[in-house]
Amino acid sequence: MVKSEEVLRPVKDIGGGANLPHRKNTAEKESVMMPPPETVVIPMQQHIGAPCTPCVKKGDTVYVGTKIGDSDKFVSAPIHSSVSGTVSGLGSLLLPSGQTTETVIIQSDGQMTPDPDLKPPVVETLEDLVKAARDSGLVGLGGAGFPSHVKLNVNPDNPPDTLIINGAECEPYITSDYRECVENTDNILEGVYLLKKLIGFKQVIIAVENNKPKAIQALNKLVENVIGQDVGVDVSDDEKTHALYKVATDERDADNSVRLMRLKSRYPQGAEKVLIYTATGRKLPLGKLPSDVGCMVMNVTSVSFLNKYIKTGMPLVSKTVTVDGGAVMNAQNVIVPIGTSISDVIEFCGGYKSPARKILYGGPMMGNAVVDVNMPILKQNNAILVLDRKQAEKRVESPCIRCGRCAKACPMRLQPLEIESALRIGNLEAVKAHYADYCIECGSCSYVCPSKRHLTQVMRMAKAELRNKK
Amino acid sequence: MEKLSVSHSPHIQHEDSSKGIMIDVIIALLPAAIAGCILFGWYAALVILTSVVTAVLAEYVCCKVMKRPNSIGDFSAAVTGLILALNLPPELPLWMAAIGSIVAIVVVKMMFGGLGHNFANPAITARIVLLVSFPAAMTSWINPLGLENAVTSATDVNTVATPLANDSYTYGQLFMGQVPGCIGETFSLLIILGALYLIARRVISLVTPLSMVATVALISFIFGEDPLYMILSGGLLFGAVFMATDYVTSPINWKGKLIFGIGCGLITFVIRHFGYLPEGVSYAILLMNLFVPFINKITTPKPFGWEAAK
Repeated sequence: MVKSEEVLRPVKDIGGGANLPHRKNTAEKESVMMPPPETVVIPMQQHIGAPCTPCVKKGDTVYVGTKIGDSDKFVSAPIHSSVSGTVSGLGSLLLPSGQTTETVIIQSDGQMTPDPDLKPPVVETLEDLVKAARDSGLVGLGGAGFPSHVKLNVNPDNPPDTLIINGAECEPYITSDYRECVENTDNILEGVYLLKKLIGFKQVIIAVENNKPKAIQALNKLVENVIGQDVGVDVSDDEKTHALYKVATDERDADNSVRLMRLKSRYPQGAEKVLIYTATGRKLPLGKLPSDVGCMVMNVTSVSFLNKYIKTGMPLVSKTVTVDGGAVMNAQNVIVPIGTSISDVIEFCGGYKSPARKILYGGPMMGNAVVDVNMPILKQNNAILVLDRKQAEKRVESPCIRCGRCAKACPMRLQPLEIESALRIGNLEAVKAHYADYCIECGSCSYVCPSKRHLTQVMRMAKAELRNKK
Repeated sequence: MEKLSVSHSPHIQHEDSSKGIMIDVIIALLPAAIAGCILFGWYAALVILTSVVTAVLAEYVCCKVMKRPNSIGDFSAAVTGLILALNLPPELPLWMAAIGSIVAIVVVKMMFGGLGHNFANPAITARIVLLVSFPAAMTSWINPLGLENAVTSATDVNTVATPLANDSYTYGQLFMGQVPGCIGETFSLLIILGALYLIARRVISLVTPLSMVATVALISFIFGEDPLYMILSGGLLFGAVFMATDYVTSPINWKGKLIFGIGCGLITFVIRHFGYLPEGVSYAILLMNLFVPFINKITTPKPFGWEAAK
């Protein structure tokens, strides 16, 4: 059994938030690789920042990992073909964010031939790392899609001292990070050691919610004797245990500064500001970046992918997504080529159990509803939720009874009820006086509201009004 | 394939509803209401019935006249009617109870915009209106079942004094409703049970009732009155649990609730000790209701990371 003092306890508790149902139905199912679909539609905007311009044209032959789009802007990430085949054309697509983006449409030859020009990068310095991260096309895989090389491009004179690996995965249903922790533990740890060496972090905190005991166990480098006694990790999995042990006693962590933290399972534990506070006690002010408080936050799957890229040279061309929800036949984690349509993924999962009424990119708290099932899987997608009639049911709004539950649930300590009533009468000064711009749009207020008011949307509108006023 | 519905996040919500909260309040009030009917007789039940039915009808008619969606299904009107009834003397003429409900719903609630928009507690305001309009009827008490045998003139309503005006009752009598008083506010034990239910269901926070009751007890002690007698007699417990905790007319966060509770306690004591009025709880809560926007303003929390930005 893992000794309790070997796993870090949270430093601070931000309060607020919501106790969500976990619904991690797919947690114990091995991720399944999906065969290449006939066609992939790859958008040129799968990240925060400048969109890419296609660098292929109709009729070009591409391989898995061939670069098909890039931008000369720094805050952007190149896009690669996820299948081998022929470019059948360029198109355009309206993303749920409201942006219209160019797309590259590729007919797969079904062979999945890797690009012969790909080779593992040599990563010895921080510059190498930043270049490798950019070339890999990596963006924040937790859902935000912020280009990772921008984050890794730290000021070498004043690097952040703390790396937080975000394995909280606090949204219901989603288990793709959890599966990554269990299935690719060594990649995560190797990636962590590499980042630690090249950036010079003084401490690394791998933070996982306590509803994922097996992930904690798998990641804990102190598991050597006891795997499988209490939490039920497969004892026969000797190789993994061994690999872990080797990594754990590696000289790369001579000062024993890579530690695991068991987080309380409470939404929105994985939100950046919340996680930094929980893990280090540091408060991230409005409009500042984690580096301003000496922190870097990376998603577990991002770190794992970065290490895989450095080993193999294969850029970000596929993504593990949790496919779940009442309307899908076989809920499971699927490794999907990027650009595969949602309907192909659902078909791979056995089709529909009942008619789908709402389909989400991401989790039920912060995910976006899509307009049609032909939308492609994006780099930063971690789940596709196919909701049935009951799950998609619209709640009827009733008047605010001023119970204050939204204020209690707000991790940023805002009072959504006051902001809503101020916005309704167009009193922007009151909206500002209630700090609407601090909202992180986690959705906790709407979740707890007994009157089913659309508070999170009201907060978004309030923020937009404040921005327009400036 | 049917069309997909598209909406903004979040896509799941907790199952608690406003209606559920109102039903919880009704459940918490029921023991005191039933005890009131048993202690004071069938006429008390008629008073409750009249008050509740009139409140619901008044809301229905208001919605029709104002061309608003019918809102009686949220049970808030029923709660208002029930709370008002439990604050009325058991022998009150029924038409007075009906007027109370109409004032509460039409004047105090609906004319200010309906549920969530009234600045004063409807039941309390209606009670005060009745008290001012019909002072004799609103202060006529009868002895409850069990006390009748001891007092020969039990049926003569005007000769019975409430515990606040007559300190000859024991704590046990106050606790078990063996005193004259309003229909629902004499049985302290059942009110405390109702409070515990609401706290356990997370409908109300302990801060408001506790700070209000504790303030009264503390100042009573300082002024040489019996704190426990002060707490158990009159409408203090009922007001602190069921009326000072009204969401719409009390502050949002615990700091505000604390200020509100202390204010209610202070005013209650001042009226009881120095004033000529028989009871101060209703006035105290109504007065503090008016301060709620101000209390909310001064207790608006600083958001997370605010001090770090300075």
